[in-house]
Amino acid sequence: MATDVVYGTAGGGAGLARSTATVTRRALLRYVRTPQLIVLATVQMSLFFLIYRYMFGGAIHIAGMSYVDYLVPGFVATGVLFMGIGTATAMAEDLEQGFVDRLRSLPIPRSSVLIARAAADTAILAWSTAFTAAVAFAVGFTLHGSALEGLAAFGLVVLFGFAFEWVFITMGLFAGSAQAAQGMGMIVFPFAFVSSAYVPVSSMPSWLRVFAEHQPLTYMVDAVRALTLGPHAQALLGHPSSYFVSRSLVWTLAIIAVALPVAVAKYRRG
Amino acid sequence: MTAMIEARGLTKRYGKTVALDGLDLTAEAGQVVAVLGPNGAGKTTFVRTVATLLRPDAGTLLVAGHDARKQPAVVRRAIGLAGQFAAIEPAMTGRENLEMVARLFGQSRRAARASAGAVLEQLGLVDDGDRLARTYSGGMRRRLDLGASLVGAPRLLLLDEPTTGLDPRSRIELWDAIRELVDAGTDVLLTTQYLDEADHLASQVVIIDRGTSVATGSPAELKRQIGGSIVELHARRDADLPKVAETLGRLGHGDAQIDASTRQVSVRVDSGGEALMAALRTLHDSDIELEDIAMRQPNLDEVFLSLTGQPIEDSGSMAARAA
Repeated sequence: MATDVVYGTAGGGAGLARSTATVTRRALLRYVRTPQLIVLATVQMSLFFLIYRYMFGGAIHIAGMSYVDYLVPGFVATGVLFMGIGTATAMAEDLEQGFVDRLRSLPIPRSSVLIARAAADTAILAWSTAFTAAVAFAVGFTLHGSALEGLAAFGLVVLFGFAFEWVFITMGLFAGSAQAAQGMGMIVFPFAFVSSAYVPVSSMPSWLRVFAEHQPLTYMVDAVRALTLGPHAQALLGHPSSYFVSRSLVWTLAIIAVALPVAVAKYRRG
Repeated sequence: MTAMIEARGLTKRYGKTVALDGLDLTAEAGQVVAVLGPNGAGKTTFVRTVATLLRPDAGTLLVAGHDARKQPAVVRRAIGLAGQFAAIEPAMTGRENLEMVARLFGQSRRAARASAGAVLEQLGLVDDGDRLARTYSGGMRRRLDLGASLVGAPRLLLLDEPTTGLDPRSRIELWDAIRELVDAGTDVLLTTQYLDEADHLASQVVIIDRGTSVATGSPAELKRQIGGSIVELHARRDADLPKVAETLGRLGHGDAQIDASTRQVSVRVDSGGEALMAALRTLHDSDIELEDIAMRQPNLDEVFLSLTGQPIEDSGSMAARAA
């Protein structure tokens, strides 16, 4: 191609939709073309799931149902937190390695860089969750509600993931380095474990139970669980699925409402 | 001709550290301007301010005629930035990297493909254009990064220490690439710690230290101020040192410096050649044996010493020069 670049004619820059799509594509290509990343994103969650299912499955008994049916909703709902550590790390890495500087110097809306990170990582999260769900079905997980409820449960998990992405993006922006971001990511452990995800909250000491019952993850886990357990849900959880779904959605919106503006403000300030 | 960059009293602080301390700098359009200074002088802060990545605390900054503080979006359309790291995506090919940036500049898919192709050709990366950038050598990464900064056809290219960390051959290749750009009509502002880099590329050099401009002029003008080159002779015998110093002293500016421990005598000269030949003949006739003869450019320390009368102080710059 003999087209010469004409200097001094730089264009007006891409709009929000195109710049977001372009930067999202880059983030996804990085996953797909980096074997360590895509293998990790695919098998990590399902591998841990298998460990929980077969190690704790024998020891933990939930009245009226098999442990695998109890575990899967909790596992995938809290899995979004562990995936989020990768988001914080990637964001910090882009800052550290000058990629964000390049994007900031371009005539594009600044928010597109953050939206692209959230979009790409939510897509990876959906893939990882779907793969884990497939593995779960293979080792005995059953939907007790309708298929539609099952899909809604999947949709909820992805939505929770999207909300938490903004928390992790903020973390990555503040961390200063990829290593620090990974360290900050450790904050997910108390939220994931002190919840109803792996064991019933009623089995915890009362001081721990107070936290477990009122933190967002428990509502999210129980919303997903209520949608997959069908008729068993009411007996186990004491409320219909709508009770948990509505509360988990309020939490989701609250998380986005706080984390997104903080992330954008931090990014703008540089 | 209007100035491409005009900074007046530019100030930027990080807590107690003053990175830019009332910097005045004018870069005329149509040329390459090198900002030369030791580590911590404020070079990178200045480039980041011009690139609208940082907001100055005080002072005015016009880039391509627009106020960088009030109209950053307009400034971003006129500039291309290549920072200290090669900010390319290793999991994409060279071509994809360039097309991505071109798309972000608002080019259509076809136009982006065309400009990516043209830039690959210009930087000699056509053969490697379809390989993933993570397989590139350090020098190729820098060239691709340079390409990414110019695929949007900017009026002003900002290069922050473009050759730091490159081996000598890659360095010269990058210099050639930059020079071709300039021939094609792009203005360039680059920062560097190397006098020879500024000398090779720039028509105007601004020397900065501790956030202010210390000296400015063409490389030739600055060299006149600091005394061109340095001649160094190593004598074989201690006894010859005074005679060597005396002979060299007649060549250049001021007395020759003697370093007895290495038996080295050095002096600044305006233009090397013939005067040096004459001095060597004199030494030869006096039966003085020499181990080594060298002529070199003054290093940044010596430039500072002659311009400011004081050596570079802070420990940061010591480490940078050792590296």
